[in-house]
Amino acid sequence: MKWILVIVMVLATVLSDLLQSHEMKRAGEQSVSARGLARLLHTIAQRRLLILGVACNAVSFFAFMALVQTEPLSFAVPASSASFVLETVLAKFVLHERIGARRAAGALAVLAGVVLVGG
Amino acid sequence: MTNPDARISGVLEGQPHSAGPALKTYLVLLFFLALKAAGNSWMAWGMKQVPERMSMNPALYLRAMLNPFVAMGIAALILALLTRMALLSLADLSFVLPVTAVGYVIAVFLGKVFLHETVTRQRWLGTLLIFAGAILVGSTSRNTTSTPPAEDPR
Repeated sequence: MKWILVIVMVLATVLSDLLQSHEMKRAGEQSVSARGLARLLHTIAQRRLLILGVACNAVSFFAFMALVQTEPLSFAVPASSASFVLETVLAKFVLHERIGARRAAGALAVLAGVVLVGG
Repeated sequence: MTNPDARISGVLEGQPHSAGPALKTYLVLLFFLALKAAGNSWMAWGMKQVPERMSMNPALYLRAMLNPFVAMGIAALILALLTRMALLSLADLSFVLPVTAVGYVIAVFLGKVFLHETVTRQRWLGTLLIFAGAILVGSTSRNTTSTPPAEDPR
């Protein structure tokens, strides 16, 4: 059961972030002023893939909540960082982001840090 | 065009790495981190005051939301979600993921200061690695995909 929850959580997070990144870049630069947020809500309402992304976010949130009810945080947090690896790889091959040596090194340091903090 | 943001991004088209949007990216990042930290802290504080253990029963979640700290926490976390979406419009996913991990550092720090949690040496080392990695990633160019011209929302 715990591994099913981990898989659901990781896949939902990955799908959610890929959809949000793809859609938000297409929507153009947003801001977080009151007017900017209103425009952002308008953008979300108009983009089905963005709504799907937010729905996936909710699935991943509840899977995480269910996981921490039975498993310790020291398992749940490093398990959730599996999405970090998958997302960075997919950002390169699906979203066509250019990941240079510096960004790759930084991402690896962050990943190691997240595992240490959670573990 | 009525939206000043759209006008500014139109002016800056062709020079996506200019100082203005880069500064904006870091400001939106800070705003996101603050909202996330406040939201999580209020949630954790409020949920401790809710007597029932959460289950699949949705009525329990609705009752928990009557707690003012839980309600404030949820509001801050929803705003954090929207702010993160704005951040994703400004920067790559492979940029946003590592730099927002600084949130873990803030959580460890808040736990130590306000909840008096003991922080092990391993956890401090992890915190340091996250911080160093985030600074490294934060110094790369934030948007490496060729952004198509912004679609007019209307």
